[in-house]
Amino acid sequence: MEPGPTRRLRCCDASACRHTGGIALRQALLAARTAAGLAEDALPIQPVGCLRLCGRGPLVAADGPAGSRLWGGVPPHLADRLVAAGAANPVRARKPGPGPLDPQGPDDNLAPFRLDLNHPFFRLQVPVVLERCGLVDPDSLEDALAQGAYAQLRRCVRQLAPESVRAEVRRSGLRGRGGAGYPTGLKWDTVALQPPGPRQVVANGDEGDPGAFMDRTVLESDPHRLLEGLAIAAWAVEALHGTVYVRAEYPLAIARLRRALGQVEARGGFGPAFTGTSWPLRLELRVGAGAYVCGEETALLQSIEGRRGTPRPRPPYPAQRGLGGAPTLINNVETLAAIPAILREGGDWYAGLGTGSPTCAGTKVFSLSGAVLHTGVVEVPLGTPLRTVVETMGGGVVGGLPVKAVQTGGPSGGCIPAQHLDTPLTYEAMAALGSILGSGGMVVLGPATAMPALARFFMAFCVQESCGKCLPCRAGTVQLAALLDRIVAGRAEASDLQRLEELAQMVKATSLCGLGQSAPNPLLSTLRHFRAEYEAACVP
Amino acid sequence: MSVLTLTVNGAPVAVPAGSSLLEACRAAAAAPPTLCHLEGLSPVGACRLCLVELEGSGRPLAACVSEAAEGMVVRTDTPALRLFRRMAVELFFAEGNHLCAICVANGACELQDAAVAVGMDHSRFPYRHPQRPVDASHPLFSLDHNRCILCTRCIRACDELEGAHVWDVAERGSHCRIVAGLDQQWGEVEACTSCGHCVDACPTGALFHRDDTPGDRHVQRGRAVLLQQARQGHGWRNQGEGPP
Repeated sequence: MEPGPTRRLRCCDASACRHTGGIALRQALLAARTAAGLAEDALPIQPVGCLRLCGRGPLVAADGPAGSRLWGGVPPHLADRLVAAGAANPVRARKPGPGPLDPQGPDDNLAPFRLDLNHPFFRLQVPVVLERCGLVDPDSLEDALAQGAYAQLRRCVRQLAPESVRAEVRRSGLRGRGGAGYPTGLKWDTVALQPPGPRQVVANGDEGDPGAFMDRTVLESDPHRLLEGLAIAAWAVEALHGTVYVRAEYPLAIARLRRALGQVEARGGFGPAFTGTSWPLRLELRVGAGAYVCGEETALLQSIEGRRGTPRPRPPYPAQRGLGGAPTLINNVETLAAIPAILREGGDWYAGLGTGSPTCAGTKVFSLSGAVLHTGVVEVPLGTPLRTVVETMGGGVVGGLPVKAVQTGGPSGGCIPAQHLDTPLTYEAMAALGSILGSGGMVVLGPATAMPALARFFMAFCVQESCGKCLPCRAGTVQLAALLDRIVAGRAEASDLQRLEELAQMVKATSLCGLGQSAPNPLLSTLRHFRAEYEAACVP
Repeated sequence: MSVLTLTVNGAPVAVPAGSSLLEACRAAAAAPPTLCHLEGLSPVGACRLCLVELEGSGRPLAACVSEAAEGMVVRTDTPALRLFRRMAVELFFAEGNHLCAICVANGACELQDAAVAVGMDHSRFPYRHPQRPVDASHPLFSLDHNRCILCTRCIRACDELEGAHVWDVAERGSHCRIVAGLDQQWGEVEACTSCGHCVDACPTGALFHRDDTPGDRHVQRGRAVLLQQARQGHGWRNQGEGPP
């Protein structure tokens, strides 16, 4: 995070920090500033999006000519100290490098709450998707514009042919960040090259994996960024209508998106005010109704059309036949949020951010949670070793205990055991270990977690979230969950284990959509790496 | 009309362009069993019994919703498919309350036929014994949810043939159930025309005539395709059969 040139306090106003008292702290700061006799512009106190280290909230950052500082969990009665610190802005020299994230300083009352921005958790981050997140006021269009929002959209509409935009995206090597990793440029081409006629674009913000909060971070922190990415996608595939689909469980994200869309509307839409043209693109917001399966693209389209959210067989893919029968481009929120930076810096720049392999270009946002010491949001180059994220940045397991495994990809993913922590975070390497890179949820497991119980948790989740359309997912997951119940209760026999594996393969191979096809993954991956735990749970 | 040539289980077969893989398999006399599919209704690919293996495709495909293409090499009867189908039928039997001996559809039940076709004589999965109600509020027909396999043929028959759209699915996952109207008693739903297409479409004994006794079920499963073809070809008068 680049320090701002002027003195100011940035208060995280995203969900996690709100839950730990962020609003009360900001109000206390405003009162303390008044009490200190400071003018508003002497020390602006801004609500901003996520400041990354969610587990230590509420977070407050102070910017000044000499740099930035960060505090976490400051109680409101110390607000006057924070205001004083923000106004004074002395920056202590600090040696970069490893060390505790919260070094105990000698001096003031704020010392216990001080967080070290040189810690690898912050230092190793490469913000691309999140470049404005934590710096921009999510409710302010002016602030977003001042920080470069919509500049690339304007450039596209005024100067770039749709094909040139797509060429830049192809060159970037960007792959779908929702989990499947489909090449984004190829998807855009597929939609653009359909026979003439109307097209649709959709941003998939139905982020439902347990332990995943990357898209929420983007939506709550920098909603205009998503709108810009979606508008550029619309330009690139020549669509005139776009939909942002967000799950109902993200009320703050919905409120901010709604406000952002309202701000665009108030200026007459994307045409006149933002691009100086008569381009008539319209974007609308649709809110989900609580079904996880609506993150699956065909179910999502059904839901937008007002139908029951159930998947349908593909082909035809939405790129061929989607909303209202029109070719429809569906991209994940994070994918679209990467687009403005790719156009600004160029596709080659983005491709160079990864580890060099053409299949792992750019950066990926991960949400780090579970037994890890530093819970929060990190954006790192693809190909970064898992160990770097979990141990160097995340600080390992609370209490200095060893990492047992890392669950990635939620109910569609699997567990990477500790001995494979040096695996690079790429789509291919994670798949080779029986998990997936997934949408970016990363749940760190300590030694206390029993793997059959973990598998049962995810299977119960799939039982709950199956839409019930196809048999293997509707009835198969129920039987798998029942078998896992027996194993967890220590009542299973060896034959149960065999049946469990057979049925898991059947559900995986024969289910209609991705939910059912991947529902057995947490089970199969823990069976692969922790089979002894299952065998030990069986009655001899 | 152009023609496609495919290979099904090693034998060549020709079908009209636009045919589904299921039609191609049937033309090759190698049809996999089906439950959610009914000739004359739109396919949904939900029961997963008609899965076939296609050379060059990673996972099995539901034949009913897949389009046949020139040169496809299809297998309908591999060991893996046999295992999957048997497990699928076991799962069907285990998730509902299917008691053939006292069922109106005994002997005229597609689920029973599927069990015979895949060689399933018992379920290795424990029966779930769900608590499900019976709706006997309609003057002519009844709905026994215990026998419902959620194939949605009744929904599609009502919607596509009769245009009444009385039926729908409520809830999700294993709690899914067929509902009439706005989750009302069937007899209270004014949109129902009592045409009986749903009863004719039901593969099991879930929908039946009130007067049917065990093993006594009489349905016209061919009615859906007859209606569909008659409508497409405006063939009412020429077929010597008036509208029902």
